[in-house]
Amino acid sequence: MADQSPAVETVNPVDDAINHLIEKFGAAVQRDTRDGYSGVIVDPAQLVRVGRYVRDTLNYEYLANAAAVDYLGKGDHLEMVYHTYRVSGGPALVLKAQTPREDAVLPSLVPVWPGANFQEREAWDLMGIRFDGHPNLKRILMWEGFAGHPLRKDWKEAYYEQDQKPFDSRWPGGQVSRSEEHNAYGKNVKYPDGFTLDDYESLAEKAIYDTMPLGVDVSADISTDRVVVSLGPQHPSTHGVFRMVAAIEGETIRGLEPVMGYLHRNHEKIGERNTFLQNMPFTDRLDYFCSLSNNLGYALGVEQLMAHGARWEAPSRRAEAIRVLMVELTRILNHLVAIGFMLNDLGAYFTPLMYAIIERELILDFFEAVTGSRMMCNYMRFGGVAADLPASLRSTANQVNDRVREFDTMQYLRELIHDRLPRAVDQTDQLLTTNEIVTSRCIDVGILSKEDAIAYSAAGPVLRASGVPYDIRRAEPYSLYPELEFDVAVRYHGDIYDRYLIRLDEMRQSLRILKQILPILEETKGQSFFSGRGGIYSPRVPAGESYGRAENPKGELGYYIVSDGGQNPWRYHVRAPSFINLTALEQMSKGNKIADVVAILGSIDIVLGELDR
Amino acid sequence: MYGSGILRGLGVTLRHLVNTYVEDIRWGFRRHIPNEAFPQRQGLQTRGIFTVEYPDEKLAVPERFRFIPFLVVENYDHPERPGHDWCTSCGICAKVCPPQCIWIVRGTDPVTNRPKPEPEEFFIDIDICMNCGLCAEFCPFDAIKMDHDYELASYDRTTAHIYNKQHLSKEFNYWKAIAPTRAEEEAQARGGWDHKDVIKQREKEAKAQAGGPTRPTVTGP
Ligand code: SF4
Ligand code: SF4
Repeated sequence: MADQSPAVETVNPVDDAINHLIEKFGAAVQRDTRDGYSGVIVDPAQLVRVGRYVRDTLNYEYLANAAAVDYLGKGDHLEMVYHTYRVSGGPALVLKAQTPREDAVLPSLVPVWPGANFQEREAWDLMGIRFDGHPNLKRILMWEGFAGHPLRKDWKEAYYEQDQKPFDSRWPGGQVSRSEEHNAYGKNVKYPDGFTLDDYESLAEKAIYDTMPLGVDVSADISTDRVVVSLGPQHPSTHGVFRMVAAIEGETIRGLEPVMGYLHRNHEKIGERNTFLQNMPFTDRLDYFCSLSNNLGYALGVEQLMAHGARWEAPSRRAEAIRVLMVELTRILNHLVAIGFMLNDLGAYFTPLMYAIIERELILDFFEAVTGSRMMCNYMRFGGVAADLPASLRSTANQVNDRVREFDTMQYLRELIHDRLPRAVDQTDQLLTTNEIVTSRCIDVGILSKEDAIAYSAAGPVLRASGVPYDIRRAEPYSLYPELEFDVAVRYHGDIYDRYLIRLDEMRQSLRILKQILPILEETKGQSFFSGRGGIYSPRVPAGESYGRAENPKGELGYYIVSDGGQNPWRYHVRAPSFINLTALEQMSKGNKIADVVAILGSIDIVLGELDR
Repeated sequence: MYGSGILRGLGVTLRHLVNTYVEDIRWGFRRHIPNEAFPQRQGLQTRGIFTVEYPDEKLAVPERFRFIPFLVVENYDHPERPGHDWCTSCGICAKVCPPQCIWIVRGTDPVTNRPKPEPEEFFIDIDICMNCGLCAEFCPFDAIKMDHDYELASYDRTTAHIYNKQHLSKEFNYWKAIAPTRAEEEAQARGGWDHKDVIKQREKEAKAQAGGPTRPTVTGP
């Protein structure tokens, strides 16, 4: 455990860094002076050099997020935005690079930050920016037979109705119809020019297999062919529709590529059609185990923007206490289930998982009574939460065979936090930690070194198990965290076993936080839970950009939001921890046995709703 | 000793197994008798397994539970306007709905041809509805509420899943029954159990009768 106190500095460190940059690079680096924006705009020709300097000299060595924005009609350029952080904590140094919409090219930052790999592929796939020098630039979420780059503002989907919701056809003359009845593309598919399905099979697979290190190794005693094995997309241990293509030699992994996008629904495009509030329930569907944490990250992002406007009041203390209560309970349930699934991958089929699910049910009972739903909670609002905690968790029978339960809310929470959950964590510990099968399968397998973890932008438990005590709740605190006492869990080996242990540590720290939250809940009883004006379904969000980040159970969940002052976000980008943590999967797997890859994947803890978006 | 970790773990599984039977024996192998048994065995105290055998038994859902919305209409035994829509077709729910699955045809008065505060038609495509509850949260007239009836499976989605006004309407007493606490809070905010407009109308009439200025009318005990 390492205690990491929030950095206290008199000069704004980011300002300082920007001055350094301008001094060093002169006209190639310019402050972003647009209203509500921050950071610097870098000349693309100098981007890689600036990146290196930022990483090595200014010590912003962690690239958290890389997102593309289309400013169609607002300057007509595409813009890449990079959020870089110091691992010792503090705010972001934001780099930006612009390129014309036609023939959009930028230099790749993968040589500087390998963690940019998937994110740049995503920007190419969805926004159509080519990255010079990228080692493997091809589509990542879409397939080769997809026409266009869907996040461009002028791209329209098959069921296109209108640029922004609410749609005019709904009221007052609501003539109901199904969208598939007026499908613009016929079969809902549009192919790129010159694309035929005949040779597709070979095309797509070739693209993957080409990058695999194949060949015959004659230097070994027994000469072995390298073969490519495809795991998934429907495989019991791939946590959903996810696929890994591995090049193996004997049983040893030599190369590996995750293939994803099977669950892609362009969450971000939907988000840009939606109004700000309408996105809230959609965030539930990202990491569906942790809908409340997703809600919080999004609320933080939009609140940052709203704070610039008139008539903004920060959430009350009660609202913040309820938020922390919800997200820490979420962390516990996520880690219990994550450990359960990981054990599934190790072959302990379902016993540990079912024990986790028993406890999870009890937490979900609480969520259901408070938010109205077990998983799709849609509970946070800009300026608080949707409803106060009810006096009792009470149900009324209204169906046949209904069985009624009623618990006092605070009593239920006290028992849950002081008794039930600590016991559940200890039980998991007892069940697994010293189990010889677990230790022999996990210790020293799938190692990710500290340097690699930072370079590959790993986040959350994966990062901290590699010896980097980086936790956003301490590094860039939000909500009530500055006043709460807890340690940032950290482990140093970076293997599967440490990624398992760190989840136990984190659950124990979460329980510590929850115990401090209970008295705050008692003392703030009766305070308002929402600071905005009631009944406003389309709050005014001033123009500007914001990056709301929260320490989700799976890692850093970030929302990069650009508002143009209208009622819909101009850009809505999700930095999904499951997605970016996979960048390091190949690094962790190389040299291990193929059977271990499954366990390594389990130890990263991915969820496809968020991964594929 | 090698293997002691496995044995420890097996101890945990054994405890689970035994606990489940201990609970069963304690309650005489009956899950619902006496009545207190169920919350005990389905709550934090239980040490055993607490599977619910759906559909033979179901957990009652909490008040705030939200599933497909319904439209509140006046109680069917209401003296003045039985079955009258509470909805004024203001369109807010249709605007706030994230997947845009609400379609409303605003009513018009056949004589004056002006809009009147009643929906002509009201559709919800329940395939698209994401049960977010925003429509109920923002309806200024408490006219659309989230239902508790989650058993909606049907054989054909293309014919049965666009609900019209008739299908969506349920009387106010139903809302009072499934969500008593909330119904009461809302009534307090409105100033009575009736529809907002009815209450306003009544206040206006009372004022007119008293003939006086804004003094509230006091009725005898
Ligand atoms: S918001 Fe309420 S009153 Fe307005 S149209 Fe919807 S249901 Fe009717
Ligand atoms: S619950 Fe949500 S999705 Fe469903 S009709 Fe209401 S606003 Fe629309």
